[in-house]
Amino acid sequence: MHENTIAALADGLGAKEYSSQELTEAFLGRIQALDANLNAFITVTEEQALAAAREADARLAKGEATPLTGIPIAQKDIFCTKGVRSSCGSKMLDNFISPYDATVVERLRRAGAVMLGKLNMDEFAMGSSNETSYYGPVKNPWDTGTVPGGSSGGSAAAVSARLVPGATGTDTGGSIRQPASFCGITGLKPTYGRVSRWGMIAFASSLDQAGPMARTAEDCALMLQAMAGFDPKDSTCVDQPVPNYSATLNDSLEGLRIGLPKEFFGAGLDPDIGRLIHEAVDEYRKLGAAIREISLPNMHLSGPAYYVVAPAECSSNLARFDGVRYGYRCQAPRDLKDLYMRSRGEGFGAEVKRRILIGTYALSAGYYDAYYLKAQKIRRLISEDFKRAFDEVDVIMGPTSPSAAFRFGEKSADPIAMYLSDIYTIAVNLAGLPGLSIPVGFSGKLPVGMQIIGNYFAEARLLNVAHRYQQVTDWHRRAPLLAC
Amino acid sequence: MSLTTEDVTRIAWLARVEIDPDKTGDYARDLSGILGFIEQMNAVDTETVAPMAHPLDQAQRLRPDQVTEPDQRVVFQAQAPAVEAGLYLVPKVIE
Repeated sequence: MHENTIAALADGLGAKEYSSQELTEAFLGRIQALDANLNAFITVTEEQALAAAREADARLAKGEATPLTGIPIAQKDIFCTKGVRSSCGSKMLDNFISPYDATVVERLRRAGAVMLGKLNMDEFAMGSSNETSYYGPVKNPWDTGTVPGGSSGGSAAAVSARLVPGATGTDTGGSIRQPASFCGITGLKPTYGRVSRWGMIAFASSLDQAGPMARTAEDCALMLQAMAGFDPKDSTCVDQPVPNYSATLNDSLEGLRIGLPKEFFGAGLDPDIGRLIHEAVDEYRKLGAAIREISLPNMHLSGPAYYVVAPAECSSNLARFDGVRYGYRCQAPRDLKDLYMRSRGEGFGAEVKRRILIGTYALSAGYYDAYYLKAQKIRRLISEDFKRAFDEVDVIMGPTSPSAAFRFGEKSADPIAMYLSDIYTIAVNLAGLPGLSIPVGFSGKLPVGMQIIGNYFAEARLLNVAHRYQQVTDWHRRAPLLAC
Repeated sequence: MSLTTEDVTRIAWLARVEIDPDKTGDYARDLSGILGFIEQMNAVDTETVAPMAHPLDQAQRLRPDQVTEPDQRVVFQAQAPAVEAGLYLVPKVIE
């Protein structure tokens, strides 16, 4: 059963080949057998999962199912789940049992998806390798000596190893796309505001966005269908109708205009990856697309602007962790100052503290104009680059990350080297655009992803473009040895 | 911009995050490196560029001024490290 996609499993459930309970037990069995090695899960919710599966079976029997009813999934531990630890990968929230469900969690539950547990991640989603998690790093199923990417590394590894057919992720600077690329799966970051952020523990509020991670674009379409939509509880959520993402998957790509930004293929890109991207683009040419080179001239400024905006918003968002209302509190505080300083000093890990300090500095008196305001202006320049590009092309393609998965410890001592692994993804968050990563080949034994960027609310088009490629290639069907 | 260990201590105080005194040198080095990376922004003239606060340039939505949240104090305080009689407990602030 585990070899099947969500779409195939939904067919199997519909045809009564197996029940959701059997499916859930099978995947729980795989988690038990394989996850001690991978460390993709922080919490497995076996009892709740089996109860939800029985409910799903009743719903299937009544003929009231959606395509996700009875399908096992798992949630990144950044989403609040009622009655279940919601740790965000941090010691700060190790003891936090959320009193409510995030909107994404509630919507997937309403669709009938069965949550198997909560997935490991970089602490507060700050990291690109999963090495900053309080619960230890997740291993890449393709080579357990390499990182799965981050911050949604647990989600990517779990889907890649067939521990779940689909999972949620969040993406602030590449946290869905980069791990999808490193683990050989499909991951979509929707347009900013497409999916509600309510109950999703905030890192950088003007950039954060939740999205689906699965093996195929078809499965991502099914998950996004349930996740997307207006939510009055998130003031930045956009009130726009949600199209039927599955309906247009097979649309023709004849005449599709693809732009390749020359800035994505310069120095710093592993030549092996450049070659694989060009091979994938050739497939699109065969499917009828027209390819042209484009330019995003301010691309090189996206890293510097991001490392102002994201830490500044992080320092403000993480001010809520005060050791008073919830979360970690230090032992025997001498006074209120000591309570704040030590609860936060002991509860946060090194990378989170680095970002809080950078953000606090950037927002401190006298520096606002030089850093945050300047970064917001650069953000405008980057977004205008994309706007001009989308006058000429329908989608933009390029590498998701400059390299395949790197080894544990390779970049963890140098923050800048780590930040550069998101160099092709962060501009998309700064502009608020949707982007997706699909597997397009291997560099040695490690999978490589290609990024496809679309215009605002063009998720259906992105999924269509990815799906057609997956109809004529089989990279997305390859499984790591340990998952077979 | 290069930060000193004194700068790190001051910023850590502003952020209310305790930094191990043995580690302030490491933080000063890492943060200075990150600021150097960030300052590549300065190469561009942005004098006439309008700052972008929201990717879709949306204005804040307003809602009717009605009570929508029920009282959940008991539920929320179940998560708190220390409460008494419905109040959050902290070390004494006023002598």
